[in-house]
Amino acid sequence: MAIALKVNRQSHAVDVPGDTPLLWVLRDVLGMKGTKYGCGIAMCGACTVHIDGQAVRSCITAVSSVESGEITTIEGLAATETHFVQQAWEEIDVPQCGYCQPGQIMSAAALLSKTPKPTDADIDTAMSGNLCRCGTYPRIREAIHHAADLLSAKGGK
Amino acid sequence: MNLDRRSFLKISAIVGGSFALGLYDVPFGVAQGRGRFAPPPVEPRAFVRIAPDGIVTIIAKNPEGGQGVKTHLPMLIAEELDIDWKDVKVEQADGNAKLYGFQFLGGSTATPMNWDPLRRVGAAWRQMLVSAAATAWGVPESECTTKAGRVLHAASGRSAGYGELVAKAAALTPPALDSVKLKKASEYSIIGTSRKGVDNHAVVTGEPIFGIDVEVPGMLHAVLHKCPVFGGKVKTANTEEIAKMPGVRKVIVVDGTLVDDKVLPLNPGLEPGVAILADTWWQAQSARVSLKVEWDFGPGASQSSAGFAQQAADALKQPFGQVVGGYGDVDTALKSASKVLEATYSYPFLPHNTLEPQGSTASFKDGKLELWSTTQDPASAARVTAKITGISEADVTVHMIRAGGSFGRRYVNDDDAEAAWLSKQAGRPVKITWSREDDMTHDNYRAAATIGLRAGLDAKGSVVAWRQHFVTFGDGKRTPFDAGADPHEFPAGYAPAYQLGMSNSIPLGIRTGPLRAPGANGRAFVLQSFLDELAFAAGRDPLDLQIELLSRPPASGYEFQPQNPFGGTNPERLRGVLETVAEMSSWRKRKKGKGRGMGIAAFFCHMSYFAQVADVSVDAQSRITVHQIWAAGDVGSHVINPRAAENQAFGGIIDGLSQMAQEITLAKGEVEQDNFDKQPLLRMPQVPKIEIQFRRTEFSPTGLGEPMLPPVIPAVTNAVFAATGRRIRTLPLKRSGFAFA
Repeated sequence: MAIALKVNRQSHAVDVPGDTPLLWVLRDVLGMKGTKYGCGIAMCGACTVHIDGQAVRSCITAVSSVESGEITTIEGLAATETHFVQQAWEEIDVPQCGYCQPGQIMSAAALLSKTPKPTDADIDTAMSGNLCRCGTYPRIREAIHHAADLLSAKGGK
Repeated sequence: MNLDRRSFLKISAIVGGSFALGLYDVPFGVAQGRGRFAPPPVEPRAFVRIAPDGIVTIIAKNPEGGQGVKTHLPMLIAEELDIDWKDVKVEQADGNAKLYGFQFLGGSTATPMNWDPLRRVGAAWRQMLVSAAATAWGVPESECTTKAGRVLHAASGRSAGYGELVAKAAALTPPALDSVKLKKASEYSIIGTSRKGVDNHAVVTGEPIFGIDVEVPGMLHAVLHKCPVFGGKVKTANTEEIAKMPGVRKVIVVDGTLVDDKVLPLNPGLEPGVAILADTWWQAQSARVSLKVEWDFGPGASQSSAGFAQQAADALKQPFGQVVGGYGDVDTALKSASKVLEATYSYPFLPHNTLEPQGSTASFKDGKLELWSTTQDPASAARVTAKITGISEADVTVHMIRAGGSFGRRYVNDDDAEAAWLSKQAGRPVKITWSREDDMTHDNYRAAATIGLRAGLDAKGSVVAWRQHFVTFGDGKRTPFDAGADPHEFPAGYAPAYQLGMSNSIPLGIRTGPLRAPGANGRAFVLQSFLDELAFAAGRDPLDLQIELLSRPPASGYEFQPQNPFGGTNPERLRGVLETVAEMSSWRKRKKGKGRGMGIAAFFCHMSYFAQVADVSVDAQSRITVHQIWAAGDVGSHVINPRAAENQAFGGIIDGLSQMAQEITLAKGEVEQDNFDKQPLLRMPQVPKIEIQFRRTEFSPTGLGEPMLPPVIPAVTNAVFAATGRRIRTLPLKRSGFAFA
């Protein structure tokens, strides 16, 4: 039976078992590869997406549980008001391998939408679920502060 | 064009007890003694394409796994080609040693091996463009200059863009690379300036650029369920039942092709198991849950970490199995020493945990193989997959795909072998993606080791003798990959009498392989901690003890090989980074308080020098908070892409800290840690403030993917000792009663 999904403001109908993780529906059914697989048990955060603006680990989220939600992935982020986070990531030159960065950016964007001027402690709390195996953490911290500056310069919230 | 003929080394003799080392232009040439680093010649025309509008496409020759080579190697070409970086597009090469020379990610070799040849590729192109312009204008080449992608003739006021000249220039025979004129360092406008990663935009917008993202029309997704005991085989499996599950197209029992040897090679062959091929990865992975396999575990099931520890303890009580190196009379020196210290250190097996798990995509068709691989070594990928599919290497095309982390893991081509073999069996393209559990339990682990140390101090507190018993795995003759000892590591050469012995008779039935800063990542902890112990026993500042050792002429009888970048520590360079880091951290004025302390350590490996100081506090529950790390590095005369270099240094330091809490253990032959819930990697709140400085020295630039990692571990353990009086001699931290806060 088809499951109706709204991803990046577009409606999709996917024919998969309801317990299929959203991650694999995004990647292998809808062909959106930006959301990454890292652990499958919500320990690394590489699969982070937004559901109704909340950062969620898509690897343990059954697709049937998000039928009513607005799903945003890294591909859709640029179309929203949070693209300044991606800009900050580029300007600060955060990525090394880059594999975890879509998940890091989604977590950071969720943080900044609620806390436009996060402290280091806010960043520690919001980002502790996202592993970076390359150790880009100092740059991620720098980029989140930079993104907050970009946001306030734009007169954002 | 053949760089092999060049003379690459100018080294002066020992002058007045110090080493006045000249520049070595091509340090990799020196390393030719180590066969696998021998550089083949490159074809300059293959690296550059210039479009009529002046946009220059530069080919990135090496695999990219996060070290930044896709940006900084093209910078070398762009510099000497004399173009604006904004006019550069970078394109990833396929594996092709005939065109690009040695293509390899590992050993921090990209910079030292390419610094000279790639600048010469750029200069050769510039010369061809000048030549084309001079011919067209009928003026001498010597009157032409270049700037920002244009050839200029000042006397006549003429100028032409490279795009206008390229048709004629490209038809010329490239000049011999050793004949081209290179810029002076003062003329650089790209080298030494920070340039952002060329793939940054693709990364942050989620473009499908990684190995796991590869899509080939008609491909199946595969998982390979391997025996939890390495080397075990499938006796029976419910393959018919699995084949009926949703989306499953094929189930294949893989008998495997593992070599039967007591010391496993890096690529031992195809591991046995049950492969499930399905329309999507999740279907394959879901079907796996219903898989019932009866295994023949084989002899590997008898191995355990407890057993290894016992065998190592027994070996330490015995004489060395073999002497690896040494000089002087250690016995006599120890007898006459006023103080003798003894200690046993050990460190565990470690996983790589690349965040992108292993995986590969292959299409085998009509006796030819196309491979989309995140390999660190495309030549090896071609060799391994050709062998497993029974074709010739010439019939394998390797596309190099960005890897979500490498760290040495992708030097091994087991995933490539699986994809290639499965594609041949299935008659369709196959992408294999390992689960995290597959990845952590079927790694090529950093080898564990146990080291017995004995050293003597004289009445003044100087080191007079050093003996080291390195206990590792093997068959008594051979040692597994990257599990050996190195007789050139400091204090070798500077302790007046020194002996390194090895016992390598513990059988090992799992694979070992290189992990970022192979060997050094474990041994720096041991060597630099024991030096700290000696300093404490002598009542001296550990910095003074090291500086004093490094200020001595090399010990008599020690064969110092200053011309070999792998051959031994250059004392002036190691001293230089120690002194710099001491200044950065105000080491001499450090405060000592209860539960708070600073530690210092330095190490030379992979041709570069790093020293670090750690500032830590330890609470009543033995939880360690690392407040700050200061790091001083010497990677030679230039840091090509400074901000990216700092990224690498941050990464190495954080990786080193992360390693301190991790381990891989075995019980009944099975790896006990299979996911990140059992493997505590460092997370954002635990990351200290990090300050990096590079000392500029006259040496040709070397790499920094690895050498900044090893010293952070002993800097922290020495700081913990300063804070608590408790010495960490066993890693991970929990095995010494500590943890990160």
